[in-house]
Amino acid sequence: MNIPKNLLYTSEHEWIRVDGDQVYLGITDFAQHHLGDIVFVELPELDTEVVSGDSIAVVESVKAVSSVYSPVSGTVVENNEELEDSPELLNEDPYTNHIAVINIDNPDQLEDLMSPAAYEAFCAEQE
Amino acid sequence: MSLKQTPLYEMHQKYGGKIIDFGGWALPVQFAGIIKEHHMVRQKAGLFDVSHMGEISIKGPRALEFTRYLVTNDVKQLKDKQIIYALMCYPDGGVVDDLLVYKFSDDNIFLVVNAANLDKDFAWIKEHAFPDVEVENLSDQYAQLAVQGPEAERILQKISDTDLGSIKFFWFNPEVKIAGIECIVSRTGYTGEDGFEIYVSADKAAYLWEKILEAGGENIAPIGLGARDTLRFEAKLPLYGQELDKDITPLEAGLGFFVKLQDDDFIGKEALVKQKQDNPGRVLVEFEMVGKGIPRSHYEVEKDGVNIGWVTTGAHAPTMNRAIGLALIKREFNLPGEEIDIIIRGKAVKARIAKGIFYSKNTKSK
Repeated sequence: MNIPKNLLYTSEHEWIRVDGDQVYLGITDFAQHHLGDIVFVELPELDTEVVSGDSIAVVESVKAVSSVYSPVSGTVVENNEELEDSPELLNEDPYTNHIAVINIDNPDQLEDLMSPAAYEAFCAEQE
Repeated sequence: MSLKQTPLYEMHQKYGGKIIDFGGWALPVQFAGIIKEHHMVRQKAGLFDVSHMGEISIKGPRALEFTRYLVTNDVKQLKDKQIIYALMCYPDGGVVDDLLVYKFSDDNIFLVVNAANLDKDFAWIKEHAFPDVEVENLSDQYAQLAVQGPEAERILQKISDTDLGSIKFFWFNPEVKIAGIECIVSRTGYTGEDGFEIYVSADKAAYLWEKILEAGGENIAPIGLGARDTLRFEAKLPLYGQELDKDITPLEAGLGFFVKLQDDDFIGKEALVKQKQDNPGRVLVEFEMVGKGIPRSHYEVEKDGVNIGWVTTGAHAPTMNRAIGLALIKREFNLPGEEIDIIIRGKAVKARIAKGIFYSKNTKSK
């Protein structure tokens, strides 16, 4: 299971990369592996205001429909449109292919996220 | 309650199957990945464990006559070693199950039914059985393997003692030895490809599984239930619980071809005769997505904001590489080319009623 050291993680198997006031958000290797072949991604609309815990995107595999939650509040400033035509990129490289970029309201919310070590332990429990 | 295991459970683990609870059975949803497995079957061959399917035998001098009374199709026209697809209906025309009827002889009939319906089916058959027929549930004795795909015959032939070319589509041979093991082999399947279904004694199943994979080498792979579903869906083969149900008749599901209303009596005939005269109020239609999204089973279908039915099965079809579906809708809205709305997570997404967009089967029909 690939868990990059430079990212933060959620218990819903999203990853977060912090870049100043913005965070990149995607799904983890664990998530894509358990979903199986991903065939559709419903992206958030630009300028959507999200509250932490909101479902901001939907990832569908052949068998499953799964929500992607934002662990932070803020505004969607970018969505990765490449995923609309090539949803399989989330299987191939889940960490290079983010789903959205969010301008965060309150950086303190990042403190609730898991470190790579904590996430690794969390995944081990779920297996 | 612990999950039931098929005789091939250890093989699924050995070959990396991802095991799920499938109606109380521990079965693999996938091995290498659903889409990869799907293409493997369309292009080469796949090996499926379908041991969870139920086998029921009906024996006695009136076995054939009783089977005719039980199902919608004319089993009386079957020759020995021939198979027919049929439905077992309730008196109101709703479906108890869909099944394959194997005729060994007039006094020996073998039914293959859906796993999830086995107990219900067996009880139903016993309840209606003529006094002089013997009904037996043989499901635990048999394992069932399916070998499907354009390479299926070539691979199986390598290890069979019988010319498999002599088994035509929807016929079977009850005395084939594969890898030295006695099997019942039929040219049937649930994928839209040529192929075989093999019934074998449960204790020999794992050995046979290995021998078939060995004979196929790189041209065969184990296939899970996920691809089994996408393959059957693309070929527009119905699934009980989705296209068929106790509240859906075979005529509504577009299976009138398998309902013979002319001669003999059978359970549900009266209701189906009436429905045919009146035209069913609902009809199963093909549709393709126009807007973005994947239709899923039970999503609602609307026209101009009013509900007209629901999606029975929908999916991203791997062969066509697009999202298509089947929906049961009110008859008056069955207008190919017309747009409808599929309600996906509360939002109306555009789709178009179509005809002939599903996969053309490659089965060896004569």
